[in-house]
Amino acid sequence: MRARFACFRAIGRNGLANIGFVVVGVSVFGMAVLGAVRAVAQKEDAGARKNKSSTYAVLAEVPEKARERRNPFEADTQAVVAGGKLFEQHCADCHGRKAGGARKGPSLLREEVQQATPGTLFWILTNGVVRRGMPVWSKLPEPERWQIVTFLQSLKLQSVDSQPEEPGEIPAVSTPLPPLGLLE
Amino acid sequence: MVARIVSEPMLRKFPGLVFIALTFSLLLCRSSLVWAQESPYIVTYDHYLEEPGSLELEYFSTFGTQRGGNDFDAFWTEFEYGGTAWWTTEVYLAGQTTFNDSTIFTGFRWENRFRLLQREHLVNPVLYIEYENTNGADKILKEVEGHDVESDYADSNAVLRKEHDHELEMKLLLSSTFRGWNVAVNPIVTKNLLPSEPWEFAYAVGASRPLALKASPNRCNFCRENFIAGVEMYGGLGDTRSAGLHDTSHYLAPVVAWNLPSDWTVRLSSGFGLNDNSHRLLLRWGLSREFSGFGELVGRLFGGRP
Repeated sequence: MRARFACFRAIGRNGLANIGFVVVGVSVFGMAVLGAVRAVAQKEDAGARKNKSSTYAVLAEVPEKARERRNPFEADTQAVVAGGKLFEQHCADCHGRKAGGARKGPSLLREEVQQATPGTLFWILTNGVVRRGMPVWSKLPEPERWQIVTFLQSLKLQSVDSQPEEPGEIPAVSTPLPPLGLLE
Repeated sequence: MVARIVSEPMLRKFPGLVFIALTFSLLLCRSSLVWAQESPYIVTYDHYLEEPGSLELEYFSTFGTQRGGNDFDAFWTEFEYGGTAWWTTEVYLAGQTTFNDSTIFTGFRWENRFRLLQREHLVNPVLYIEYENTNGADKILKEVEGHDVESDYADSNAVLRKEHDHELEMKLLLSSTFRGWNVAVNPIVTKNLLPSEPWEFAYAVGASRPLALKASPNRCNFCRENFIAGVEMYGGLGDTRSAGLHDTSHYLAPVVAWNLPSDWTVRLSSGFGLNDNSHRLLLRWGLSREFSGFGELVGRLFGGRP
């Protein structure tokens, strides 16, 4: 406590110098952080615009061992429903309520996603795609992540227009989605 | 703006009440909401950052017992924004009421968290940097550092608020999640920006797990998967002049979080002092709500593309 009061007295003596030091330090730090963030965000945006298919290229980066993992909830209808609920809670904001894509996240109805192995989707969900803005979702317990994968794979292979879905709108799909109940 | 809504005498008489009322007004605002899966920790940090573009508004309160002085209720509001998937920034505004004394604003904090690795690993490091501008009456006890002990807080607010702290605080957030369990370890280093002040050391560790690992098909408030329980422990480790456990305080706190489908998260924690230098009891609770799409909203307001 004495040390803290000594600190107060010192600020009184060298008030301007100390405040100046803090202001300059925080400003430089803030500008450096914002500059770095802006640079990386621009780089991410540029990369994403360069080739739309590259959005899905990350699927090819999944390690072989992870791809081969089996889904413990395969063909479990309860897991589809629970996965739909989890999708609505955690994923729909970016990927659209019907998984058809939105401003922030790509369509999950595309062939690239629907043909991916359960292990691939699980790995992406666990690790995120941090450089493209998708956070890691390992905070969801492993069974919940598998439930989401089960739900995603229950969406029939769709040939979706590459235009992103407007929030709240039904995506332009060639075949109707299975009845999801929770997403209606 | 505040002065127009709330008359000046009211601000002067009940600053705590106004602070709480404004926070809850913001919490009740309608916006695009997303379900939060929040950890139960109040002091410890795991490696999960705020989702990009989302704003999380949190209100916390800490009731503390005080030997040799009056008990207190310290409160703070956090505005946590996900800048990117690897960067989260947060501003805290803090105040406190010391019973039989007064209610005062005690300062602000600005923290930034940077995810260092892109993918998940056995141990995931996140760098935490915080600037604090507080006065000596700050009692939120979010960090217990160096030789902070209970008797530091026994003086009246009038005396304590004369002291000013400008500090930089750095933490390395190490966190691992395995089979539903999260274990987080946070070594902490703090430096008062005055050159004469020593570096202070501290720690926070926590472990938690959801009560159920599998989601039920129905939307429900009381499903076991909505609850995450755990325990955290935190305390000081001395400073560069006198490192070690002597004249330090330590706390052990069971914690629980209840993630509601209505987008609210409630956290409860009862911290028990582990030695004579610690407050006997720190009873904490918090309420938070996440607003998705905040970044886009602000972008549109300033003429960005929708």
